[in-house]
Amino acid sequence: MSVTTRAQVTQHPAPAPEISVHGLTKRYGPVTVLDAVDLTIAPGEIHAILGENGAGKSTLLKIVGGAIAADGGELRLDGDPVRIGSPRDAIDHGITLISQELALVPGRSVLENVMLGRWAQRGGFATPGADLDVFHELLERTGFDLDPDTPVGDLPIGRQQQVEILKALARGARVLCMDEPTAVLNEAEKEQLLRVVRDIAAAGTTIVIVSHFLDEVLALANRVTVLRDGHLIETADAAAHTPATLVSLMVGREVDPLDEDPRPVADDAETVLRIAGLRTAVVRDIDLEVRRGEIVGIAGLVGSGRSDLLLTVFGSDRRRGGSVEILGRELPSGSIAAAIRAGVALVPESRKDQGLVLGRSVGENIALATLAHRSVLGWVQRRRERAAVAAIADEVDLRGGRGGSTIADLSGGNQQKALFAKWLIDPPELLMVDEPTRGIDIAAKARIHGLLRTLAERGAAVLVVSSELDEVIRLSHRVVVMRHGRIVDEFDRSASPDDIITSAFMK
Amino acid sequence: MTSTSTSAAARTAQRIRRRLNLRDFGILFGLVAIVVFLSLSTTTFLTAGNLVNLLDQATVVGLLAAGATLCIISGVFDLSATATLAVSAIAGVWVSRVLGYEAGFIGALVAGILLGTITGTIIVKTKVNSFIGTLAVSIIYRGLAIVLTAGAIVAPPPELAERVRFFAEKTPIGLTWASLLLLVTLVVLGLLLARTTFGRRIYAVGGNQEAARLSGIRTGAVRIAVFAISGACSALAGMVLVSRAGSAQPAMATGLELTAIAAVVIGGTSIMGGQGAVWRAFVGVLILTVIANGFNLLHWDTIYQQVVTGVLILAAVAADSLFFRKRAS
Repeated sequence: MSVTTRAQVTQHPAPAPEISVHGLTKRYGPVTVLDAVDLTIAPGEIHAILGENGAGKSTLLKIVGGAIAADGGELRLDGDPVRIGSPRDAIDHGITLISQELALVPGRSVLENVMLGRWAQRGGFATPGADLDVFHELLERTGFDLDPDTPVGDLPIGRQQQVEILKALARGARVLCMDEPTAVLNEAEKEQLLRVVRDIAAAGTTIVIVSHFLDEVLALANRVTVLRDGHLIETADAAAHTPATLVSLMVGREVDPLDEDPRPVADDAETVLRIAGLRTAVVRDIDLEVRRGEIVGIAGLVGSGRSDLLLTVFGSDRRRGGSVEILGRELPSGSIAAAIRAGVALVPESRKDQGLVLGRSVGENIALATLAHRSVLGWVQRRRERAAVAAIADEVDLRGGRGGSTIADLSGGNQQKALFAKWLIDPPELLMVDEPTRGIDIAAKARIHGLLRTLAERGAAVLVVSSELDEVIRLSHRVVVMRHGRIVDEFDRSASPDDIITSAFMK
Repeated sequence: MTSTSTSAAARTAQRIRRRLNLRDFGILFGLVAIVVFLSLSTTTFLTAGNLVNLLDQATVVGLLAAGATLCIISGVFDLSATATLAVSAIAGVWVSRVLGYEAGFIGALVAGILLGTITGTIIVKTKVNSFIGTLAVSIIYRGLAIVLTAGAIVAPPPELAERVRFFAEKTPIGLTWASLLLLVTLVVLGLLLARTTFGRRIYAVGGNQEAARLSGIRTGAVRIAVFAISGACSALAGMVLVSRAGSAQPAMATGLELTAIAAVVIGGTSIMGGQGAVWRAFVGVLILTVIANGFNLLHWDTIYQQVVTGVLILAAVAADSLFFRKRAS
C-alpha cells in the first residue's frame, strides 16, 4: 500500500482503475443470488446496475465494495486479481461503498465525520486546522454547502449523504459504489446529488450505482447492466435504452407457464376484509376488499407501503383515518390482540426478527399466538397443545424438531412452515403473508404456495405481498400495485409481468 | 448424496442437542461436586443441623433470585429489588403496630407488589433501559425509606416480638418456616413460568419482543406484571429479615439484589433473556451458600471467598455467551 498524503489525494486523485469481475457467484443457503457474473466497468464511467427486487444487484455492489464476500469468482483491478475481504480492503484500493444505511457517527461534527479515522495529527494530538483545509477543498470540488461544526445527526438525510460522499473523497476514493442513493431524497436534494455525481465522474472517479428509478438512471449513466435472478442479462450503452426496453430485460420473456388457475371466487362470496379510506404515516387512501376464497396479491417496490398496509390491518401500526372491517365488524386501530381475535393472521416479512422466538421450542412457537385457545384459566393444557401442534405440523409438512428441539435448529424452509403453522393452527378468516417464500428452497416454496391455495379454497381471504412478481401473479386472483403508499393499479390474472412492473417502477 | 447430507445434518443436530443437555444440567453437577467434596473433607457438612442452617441462609437471596429470574427471562433487570424490600418491610412493621402481625405481613406484601408495579410501569412507559432505570428507582425508594423513618430503625411493638420471630422458627419437618416459604415460592413461580400461558409470554417477550408483540402479546403488561412479582418476592424476603433481626431499617439488604442476579446467572439463566428456569436460580443460590458454608467449615480464609464467587460468575456468563455464539453460527 503506497503512502500518500492527504493533500496529494484530494488535489490529484490517482486515476480510477478498470474494475472487472469474472464468474462472480454468491449463495445464501440454498438460494444463488449471483450466478457466474462477468462484468467490466471502465475507469471514470457512470455504470448503473438494474434489476427487480432480489435480482442480485445490491449483492454485486456490496461485493465490489467489500461489504460481503463472494463465494466464487474473482475481482480484478486494472487486470490484476485482488482480494477484497472487508470495506477496509476496498478503501485501500480506492473503492468506497455508500450503502442505504449511512455509516456516520451522528453525535459528532460534519468535519470529524468527513475525516473519520484519518484526522490530521501531530504527536497524537488532533490538528483540526489541517483537517479544515482539506474539508474546504472538498467543498469547493463538490459545490456542497456544509457547516463543518454541525453535528451530523442534526442534518436532514440528504445532507448526511453529502457528508458520506465527502468522507469517501477524503479517503481518496476513485470508485464510488452507491446503493439506491436517491431513494430517500426529495426532488431538490436528488437534483443536487445527480449533478455532483456527474461532476465527480467528469473529474475521473468511477461511479457504480444501483437504483430503482429508471428515468433517473438513463439520464445519468453512461452504461447500464441488467441482472435477473442472479444472472447478467445485458450490459449496454444507456443511450441504447428506454425505460420500457429496460423493464422487458429485467422481467425477461421466458416466464414459466402458469399453474392451473386458482379456483374462481364464488359470486356470492362474503367480503372478509373491507378497507376504506385507510391512511397512516406511510399509506394513503387505501380502498381494498378481499372476499372468501380470494387471493389478492400486492406488488410494488420495497418501501412502497406494502408491508405497512399489512401491519396496519393487523393492528401493529396505528391508523390516522379510514376503517378496517373484518366480516362487517370494525377493527379497533392499533390492537393486534383484537385483530387476532377477529381471525386475522399475519406471517411477517422477517422470520427471525418478527416471526420466531428462536431460543424456544418448535411447539412453543407454534402455540404462541393462540395460547388462550388451549388453556384453562391461564394453565396450559399441554396434552391438547401437543396434539394440535402435531396435527398442524403434519398439515404444513414440517420436518424435524417436533417436540422440544429449539426452532433455531431447523432449516429456513422448515422455520417458515412453522411460522405458517403458528397462524393456521386455528384457521384464520384473513391470512396476510409478507414475502412468504423469501430465502427458502423450491420444494418448501411449492409447499407454501399449496398451503395458501388450500386455505383460500377452504374459505379464507388471503393477501400476499411478495417482491417476486412471478409468485404474486401465480398465486393471486388479482394483483394490486402500490407506489408511494397508494394503490395505483389493479390487474387480473391475465396481466403480463411487464405491465405490472411498469406500473410499479414508473412515475 | 441427499441422504448422506441429511444424516450428517441429523448427526449434527443430535450433537447440538447433547451439548445442550450437558449445558442444561452441567451446573447441577457443579453443585453436586461441591457438596460431595465438602461431605468428604469435613465431618460437619453433612449433618442435619448444618443443612437446615444452610437452607435457612439461602432464603433471602433465594426469594430475591426467584423474582429476578422472571425479570431476566422477560428481558429486564430489577436493581430496585432490595430497595423495595426495605420500604415494604418498613411498611409491614408499621402496619403490624396498628393491626397486628398478620396484617403487617399482608401490608408488606401489598407494598411490595405496589412498588414493583410502579417500577415496572416507569420502565415500560419511559422505555428507559431497565438496568439504569431500576437503579434510579432503587435510589428513590431507599431515599423514601429514609424519609419515612427519619433514618431510624423501626421495630414492631415488644408484645409482638414472639410472633415476629415466626420465620426463624422450625417447622414440624425440621426446616425453618423461612426455608419452607422459599420452597413454596420456588414451586409456585416455577409452575407459573413453566406451565401457564403467562409463563410462555414471559419467555416470548424476553426471547424476541417484536415476535411476541406480533403474536398479540401485550409486552408492556407482561413486563409490569413481572416487576410486580419481583416486588412481592422482595416483600417476602423483607419479612424474613424482619423476623431474624426483629426490626427493619432503610439500609437493610443493600447490595443483595446483585447477589441474587449473580445466583440467577450462575444457575444458567441467560442474561440475554428468553432462556432459563426458576430451579436454576435455586441451584445458583445453593452454590453460593454452600461455598460460603464450606469456607467456614474448612476454616479457609474468607478473604478468598469473594474471589471464588467472582470467578464463578464470570465462568457462568462466559459459558452463556459462548453457547450463544455457537447458536448464532
